[in-house]
Amino acid sequence: MFLINCPYCGERDQSEFVSGGEAHIARPKQPTELNDDQWAEYLFMRKNIKGIQFERWNHAHGCRKWFNVARDTSNDKIEKIYKMGEQPPKL
Amino acid sequence: MSKNLRINNKQFVDETRKLSFIFNGKKLYGYKGDTLASALLSNDIHLVGRSFKYHRPRGIMTSGSEEPNAILQIGNDDALTDPNVRATEIELYDGLICNSQNCWPSVKFDIGGINNFLSPLLPAGFYYKTFMWPASFWEKYEYFIRKSAGLGKSPTKQDPDMYDHRYMHCDILIVGGGVSGLIAAKIASDDNKKVLLLEDKELLGGSLIYDDNDISKIDNQKSSEWLKKLIENIKNDKNIIIKTRTSLAAYHNYNFLLARQNLTDHLSVNDRSNKIRQRLYKIRAKKVIISTGAIERPQVFHNNDRPGIMLASAVKKYIDYYGVRCGLENVIFTNNDSAYETALSLYKSGTKLNAIIDIRDNSSSEIVNKVKSLGIQIYWNHTVINTKGYKRINKITIMKLNDKGNDVVGKKIELSCDCLAISGGWTPMVHLFTQSGGKLKFDNKDNIFVPDKTNLNQLSIGSAKGDFELDDVLKNSIKDTKNFLQIENSNFDKIDVKCSKEKEKKNIWLLPSDKPLSKTKPFLDYQNDSTAKDIKLALREGFKSIEHVKRYTTTGMGTDQGKLANMHALGIVADTTNTNMGDLGTTTFRPPYTPLTFGTIVGRNVGQFFDIFRKTPMHDWHVDNNAKFENVGQWKRAWYYPKDGESMHDAVQRESKAARESTGILDASTLGKIDIQGTDANEFLNRVYTNAWSKLQIGKCRYGLMLNEDGMVYDDGVTTRLGENHYLMTTTTGGAANVMSKLEDYLQTEWPELDVFLTSVTDHYATASVCGPNAKKIINKIFKDLDLSDESFPHMSFKEVKLGDINCRVMRISFTGELSYEINVEASYGKYIWERCIEAGKEFNITPYGTETMHLLRAEKGFIIVGQDTDGTMTPVDLQMDWIISKKKYDFIGKRSLYRSDTIREDRKQLVGLLTDNPNEILEEGAQIVKNENKKPVNMLGHVTSSYFSPTLKKSIALAVLKEGKKLKGQKLLVPMINKTIKVTVSDTVFLDKENERING
Repeated sequence: MFLINCPYCGERDQSEFVSGGEAHIARPKQPTELNDDQWAEYLFMRKNIKGIQFERWNHAHGCRKWFNVARDTSNDKIEKIYKMGEQPPKL
Repeated sequence: MSKNLRINNKQFVDETRKLSFIFNGKKLYGYKGDTLASALLSNDIHLVGRSFKYHRPRGIMTSGSEEPNAILQIGNDDALTDPNVRATEIELYDGLICNSQNCWPSVKFDIGGINNFLSPLLPAGFYYKTFMWPASFWEKYEYFIRKSAGLGKSPTKQDPDMYDHRYMHCDILIVGGGVSGLIAAKIASDDNKKVLLLEDKELLGGSLIYDDNDISKIDNQKSSEWLKKLIENIKNDKNIIIKTRTSLAAYHNYNFLLARQNLTDHLSVNDRSNKIRQRLYKIRAKKVIISTGAIERPQVFHNNDRPGIMLASAVKKYIDYYGVRCGLENVIFTNNDSAYETALSLYKSGTKLNAIIDIRDNSSSEIVNKVKSLGIQIYWNHTVINTKGYKRINKITIMKLNDKGNDVVGKKIELSCDCLAISGGWTPMVHLFTQSGGKLKFDNKDNIFVPDKTNLNQLSIGSAKGDFELDDVLKNSIKDTKNFLQIENSNFDKIDVKCSKEKEKKNIWLLPSDKPLSKTKPFLDYQNDSTAKDIKLALREGFKSIEHVKRYTTTGMGTDQGKLANMHALGIVADTTNTNMGDLGTTTFRPPYTPLTFGTIVGRNVGQFFDIFRKTPMHDWHVDNNAKFENVGQWKRAWYYPKDGESMHDAVQRESKAARESTGILDASTLGKIDIQGTDANEFLNRVYTNAWSKLQIGKCRYGLMLNEDGMVYDDGVTTRLGENHYLMTTTTGGAANVMSKLEDYLQTEWPELDVFLTSVTDHYATASVCGPNAKKIINKIFKDLDLSDESFPHMSFKEVKLGDINCRVMRISFTGELSYEINVEASYGKYIWERCIEAGKEFNITPYGTETMHLLRAEKGFIIVGQDTDGTMTPVDLQMDWIISKKKYDFIGKRSLYRSDTIREDRKQLVGLLTDNPNEILEEGAQIVKNENKKPVNMLGHVTSSYFSPTLKKSIALAVLKEGKKLKGQKLLVPMINKTIKVTVSDTVFLDKENERING
């Protein structure tokens, strides 16, 4: 069970959070301009890598805020936590 | 106690407190401080169980959690009995009742013992191979296999005991209260750290506390004396919290650990009442120090499993700690120096030691020299090749090893004994380290796996890391702990340790015998009866991975999880396949380290605390009026209100009729409610719903459909515009929390520029929904000044009105198709307003109806229920709700997906109505729909999602999802059931009042 350092509330138990999957997949501004393949790329395709992955997490049972987490999926080590809208760190 | 097995030892066992217990129906005695195992041994009982597969007689083998054989059924109460309890771990209490498992009719005469003679027919994989054919017979085999599988009996009644959970936080968690753990605790405490020290036994001190030899000295004192002073010091240390009888069950990532404390299992049954039995600690530690020690390995030779064959360290502990001799004629069989400590303990206690057999050529360490000086016969370079004695060992045969150690030479020598103490070296307890994700490395010198790399803030010390000799254990523990805690100096820095040092090492994983391997039974895993032969068979049959060998032979899969067996299994695989053990790796160590009771795991979350449930403010009224309840999410919703023994069907028919003909009232408080405010609230609604919201005026309500980004229907509900920038959204009861978090997600991550705030107000308001032709009259009686005319208060509009001091939000919306008003009030007034409605409706026979009637009424109108008529694969087009998709809006959640190649397929499943040819036949929800049931395989076209008997239409109606359903209107189809096939016709989804006239009363 992780300890997650919510950027708004501080360090809390993982059970207070929910994961929102891969981060930095922006919703297309003009979905109607996209063909099926491009839309499917946004809708379905996720990297699911072994190593450092950028993810969205939500402090669901706390402040309800979403934020980003850089987590090493091979050992669950959280390398960096940063707010929504910020650029992913270079790790 | 016919034999003189107790020796005078008052240190740890209180001989003034005699305790009685019953083993297999026989009353026996022991003392306070005994374990069940030591008490049994003091009564000369070794034979306590039968092995799992061959039903061979088995005796107590160890003195700890690694015990494979002495697992007993404790207690004879249907609710309190505990199976598979290790006799070596349970402290004796007065009145303890225990029985042997896996034997019938008794442990001394066990019918299943015939399996021992059939053993050539029962090799590894026997069950897999034998019961594979014919496949159709499996169900018959399974019954017998299940019957012969398993060890103890589960309790059959509810567990009356209380269990507890508790969170703990500490700077340093120390697992294991042996000498290295105690030193680490003291060093950490002296550095002002908050220390939590766990010890699974009753007393601190580990194995050193009862060490009685004169060779080991710490600061010129007997090592046990030195340790006792340290323990006193630690007990008075305010920085150190000590939890004894507490074993660590699991070590998870981020230093999150679970430990189980036994609080009453050592008390007599009468002293346990109203006490918590076990407590689970959920521990978050900044740093973890593992000092769990090591366990001794057996040796693997022919017939090494007889009662009376025990680990040498256990024999020593029974003498030095419990004051119990395990036999009167002892022989030691070893490959290392540690068993010579047992020799000294036997000698000191005046217990006869007939001989020592050592597979090494010689040894000249201090302790061996001391044993030699006592005149004890030592057979160097010899091995045990066989043992005799069915229910208790009485003889062993030994022979000399050849130069390579792979065969025996010379003459057989027979030695008599009633206890054979064996030692095959020591295995560090690395379970917790590997559970936490740590990687091991192999140490060729001692043939052990030791901790190597870890990502966590943890340290292994003492014999858990592979230090076995006292000076190494102490000095390395001090040094490693200081480094780990980044401390320069400690009070232990000048410690002076003297001990015997082992000089010669020799290890043979599978000892040779004069017989071929196929004729011998060298056991590895005692509990699962797997032998060295099984391992070799698995390798011959092509299993290479150690994980596969484990599963095929079941080695290490018993309740002891192979604590004794695994190293030998690995060793034999490595030897046979010419692999380095380090390259072979180990099997995975999984939590829990020792079995946990279910009670400990669930703690207080039982009965009404198993899951929370939510009640509406009107709940008590429903209870008082005989409502049956239905679980919807966490809510308890009134399901129907049976009168005078009515069946559910009859009650629902009556309620539905009343709602259509006069008035019904529904508690709709559970609907999700989200208060939406902000200057961009209208734009926000346009983005999250499929339909247009720009023109919704203040005081008006609108139904909305919400999709996922994949175009599938996610939720629906009515949203009311309360003010210029203020809306109240309702969601489905079950979907409320998900909708809220989904909307928050979009607001925070995709559209942070929108000025919108969401607040969940589901619990803040209670809702009474009054519907039916007389609804207007009833509302008029309650709100006398409210203009209810269609012009002033039309369908899909809202008014805020006061009833005394109560603010009421009245919405004229309908989920039944009838004229209908929903009165929303602050939750604390919910029951009041409900009762006012009931009172005012009395003259119209107002009838409370539950969710079942609500479902029927809406189905008559063809209104969907998200989650019942949809399942995450239905688009609005599939639901024939094209009208709700705005053509003008540029974008909304899910829009682009509505014209993906998959969603525009015409042969998708679509929502239709179904009418049965026989109007009295009610379809079953979930029933499959087919066109032709004779052509096999039968092509499934869809299934029934909602089905009711409509009292108003006097016929059965159903909603269904059907492949190409839109095109099939009027078609005859079949719904095959177990005993019959029901003929149906595809219809429109609206069954009643297609013109929507009832909405105006």
